[in-house]
Amino acid sequence: MKNVRKKLCLLLALLTAALSLTGCHGSRGLEAFQIPEAFDTSRDYEITFWAKNDTNKTQTDIYKKAIADFQELYPNITVNLRLYTDYGKIYNDVITNIATGTTPNVCITYPDHIATYLTGINIVVPLEELFADSRYGLGGSEVRFDGPAQEEIIPQFLDECAFNEHYYAVPFMRSTEACYVNKTYVETLGYTLPETLTWDFIWEVSEAATAQDSEGNYLINGQKVLIPFIYKSTDNMMIQMLKQKGAGYSTADGEILIFNDTTEELLYTVAEHAGTGAFSTFKISSYPANFLNAGQCVFAIDSTAGATWMGTHDPLSDISEEALVEFETAVYPVPQFDPDAPQMISQGPSVCIFNKADDQEVLASWLFAQYLLTNEVQIAYAETEGYVPVTSKAQGSAEYQDYLSRCGEDNSTYYDVKIKASRLLLEHVDETFVTPVFNGSASLRDAAGQMIENVTKSVKRKETIDDAYMEKLFADVTSLYRLDQGGQEAAGRADLGPLPATAVVLLSALGITWVLIGAYAAREALKKRKNKQNHH
Amino acid sequence: MKKCLLATLVLTLVLALTGCGNDSSSNNGDTDAKSEGVMTYAEYVAADLDTQVVIEAYVQAKQSWWENQATVYAQDHDGAYFLYNMACSEEDYAKLTPGTKIKVTGYKAEWSGEVEIIDATFEIEDGNYVAPALDVTSLLGTDDLIAHQNEFVSFKGMTVEDAGNGSAFMYNWDGSGEEGSDLYFNVSLNGNTYTFTVESYLCGPETDVYQAVKALEIGQTVDMEGFLYWYEGVNPHITSVTVK
Repeated sequence: MKNVRKKLCLLLALLTAALSLTGCHGSRGLEAFQIPEAFDTSRDYEITFWAKNDTNKTQTDIYKKAIADFQELYPNITVNLRLYTDYGKIYNDVITNIATGTTPNVCITYPDHIATYLTGINIVVPLEELFADSRYGLGGSEVRFDGPAQEEIIPQFLDECAFNEHYYAVPFMRSTEACYVNKTYVETLGYTLPETLTWDFIWEVSEAATAQDSEGNYLINGQKVLIPFIYKSTDNMMIQMLKQKGAGYSTADGEILIFNDTTEELLYTVAEHAGTGAFSTFKISSYPANFLNAGQCVFAIDSTAGATWMGTHDPLSDISEEALVEFETAVYPVPQFDPDAPQMISQGPSVCIFNKADDQEVLASWLFAQYLLTNEVQIAYAETEGYVPVTSKAQGSAEYQDYLSRCGEDNSTYYDVKIKASRLLLEHVDETFVTPVFNGSASLRDAAGQMIENVTKSVKRKETIDDAYMEKLFADVTSLYRLDQGGQEAAGRADLGPLPATAVVLLSALGITWVLIGAYAAREALKKRKNKQNHH
Repeated sequence: MKKCLLATLVLTLVLALTGCGNDSSSNNGDTDAKSEGVMTYAEYVAADLDTQVVIEAYVQAKQSWWENQATVYAQDHDGAYFLYNMACSEEDYAKLTPGTKIKVTGYKAEWSGEVEIIDATFEIEDGNYVAPALDVTSLLGTDDLIAHQNEFVSFKGMTVEDAGNGSAFMYNWDGSGEEGSDLYFNVSLNGNTYTFTVESYLCGPETDVYQAVKALEIGQTVDMEGFLYWYEGVNPHITSVTVK
C-alpha cells in the first residue's frame, strides 16, 4: 500500500491529445481479427502483458511464474510484463497508446474502461468466437495446458465482461467489498453485532463511539484520534446504497439517473455523520486499514482484496508495531438497507486482448490470456488476497478447498481475515451486481464517489449543506464529469483545454465543407426557382 | 502529434530534473514580511485542520502536474508547506521554478500524518528564495523532527543497510515494482534504521538521485538531501545522495 495516493500519472498530460488523435486515426482502424487456420509455431512472437497488482510482491512473482511456465509450453512466445499498481494508470496509458498504435497485447482492465477503448475501431478483440474455437478456444484440442471450458467460468463473472453484444474480456479475479469490524470496540460500546450489518446499525454505533472525555480523548480508545467509520471507495459506497434503495444510477445504454431525490437523501445522511466526526473517507483521511489497526476506527470498508492489511495480526501493515492495537476483527458484507435482500458490488480485474495487424500475434495473446485461467494461476493469485478464483474448476479443486479449510492456521497464507473475506464473496455470489457498462460509465462512477467526498469535506469546513448546496453540487459534478454529453466518454474530468491543432484543422475542414455544400445546394435551389419562375 | 509528445516529454524531464536539482544555496534578498491577510508560518501551524489558510512561500520543488493540478513543496524562512493538487494551468506550472514566490489560498488538511494544503489556488508574487538544506541528522528518532515536516533537509554520515531483499534498494516498498517505480532503501544511524524513498514523480529514473540509489551498496556511508515528507511517520523523499 505505502501511500499510493500521491502517485499521479504524468502521462495524463497527453490524454487529451491522444483521445483526439484516436478519433482522427480511427476512421478506418485495424481489420477485424480472424482466427487463423492454425497457430504458426514456426514463428516467434513477442507480446506485452500489462498487469495490475496490489503493490504485492507475491502477486508480481505469480505473474512472473505464470509467464515462465507459459513460455515453457510455448517456447516461440515471449511475454514481456509491465507492472502497474493502479487501474486508472493502466486506463490512461492504454488510451495514450491507442493513439500511437502501441497498445499492449494482453491487459488487465475493468469493463468500464474497455467501453472507452471501444470508441476506436477494432481496438479490442471480441472473444466469443475464440471461446468457442474447437482447437484454440476454452478447453480446445490444440491448447497445451489444462484450462477451463467456457461453462467452467463462473457465469456471473463472465457476464460482467459482456457488453455491446460481445464478450470483450475474461474475468481474472473477483472480489467485493467487506466491512472489517473492530468487534472488541462494538461490544465494549454495549452493542452486539447482528447477523447482517445495516446502515442504521453502523451509523448508530459510530455515533456512540464519538464520545470524548473533557480532554478530548475518545472514551473507546483513550486516544485523540478516532474515525469510527471510514470508507475506502466512495464510488462503491454510493453505487451500492443506490442499488440497495432501488434508486436510479444509470440505464444500460447510458442514460444518467444518479441525480435524484434518493441520492440527495443519502448525501444528507453522509453529511450528518461527517459533521459529528463519525465518518470519513480514504481520500480525506487515509487508508481505513491504518486507522483500524491503530484502534482508531470501528468499521473499515475496503475491498476483500485488501484483507491482508486488516487486523492486529495482518501480514501487511503500514503502521509501526508500537501503533498496533490488539482487537478481534470481524468480517462482514457491506451494510444493507434491507437485510433480507442483501446486495453488494462485484469487482476485480478482467483481461482483454488488443487487436493487432497480425492475427497470429493475437492468437498468441489469446493463448496467454487463457493460461491465466488455469488452476495454477487462479489458485495461487487468489490466495494472495481476499480474491476468489473465477472458475468453478479452481474453486472446486481439492487444493483450493484445502486452502479455505485451513482458515486461521497462521497469519500469512492462512490468515483468517483474508480467507473470511474470500468466503464472504463465495457465499454471496448470487447477491452481487455490477453497474451498466457504456461509454461514459467510468466517469459516472467517479462522479458518484465525488459527491460523497465533496459533502464530507464541506461539512468538515463548516459549510452549509442545504438544497441550494445540493443543486450546485449536482450541477458541478455533471459539468466536471461531462455527464450531460450523452454517452461521450469524459475519460476523467472535464476542462480538457483547447483542441489540438490536428483536431482543429479537421473540424475546420468539416465546417468549411458543410458551408460549401450548403452554398452549392442553395445556389442550385435558387437556379431551379428562377427556372421555374421563368417557365411560368 | 509527435512534436506535441516530444515537447511534453521534454518538459516533463526538465521539470523532474528541476525538482531534483535543488542545490542548497540560498538566494535570499527577500524578507518574510507577509502581505496583508496572509498568515505567518506560526499562524499556519496554529490553524485548525479543515480551515481556510492563506500563506506566502517560495517554491522549492515540483512533484507533479496533471489535469490542471500541481503538487509542490514550498517553504518560507520559518517552515515548509506541501501543496497537494493545487489548481494550476500547465502554463503556470512552467513558471513555478525553484525560488518563485507564491501566495496560496487553500484548506489545511492532514493525510496519514502529512499536513498539507489542499483545494488551493495560487498567484505568483515578486520575490525569490531557495532554502538551504537544514541538517536534521541529529533529530532522527526524536519528537522534534516533525517540526521540520516538508522542509528541504539533509542527513549526514548514514550507513546503507539491506533493503530487505539482500540489496541496497527495492522497487516499491516490498520489491513489487520495476524501473520507474519508487525506490525504497534503508539507512541507519547509531543503531537505528530508517526507510527513505526516492519518489518517482519527484525524481524519476532519469535523475541522478534515482540512478545513484540504484548503485548504492550495503555498508556505504552516505550524505543525503531531500524533503521531509510524512506517511505514518517520517518518510523522507530524497533528491540527492552522495557516497562518502
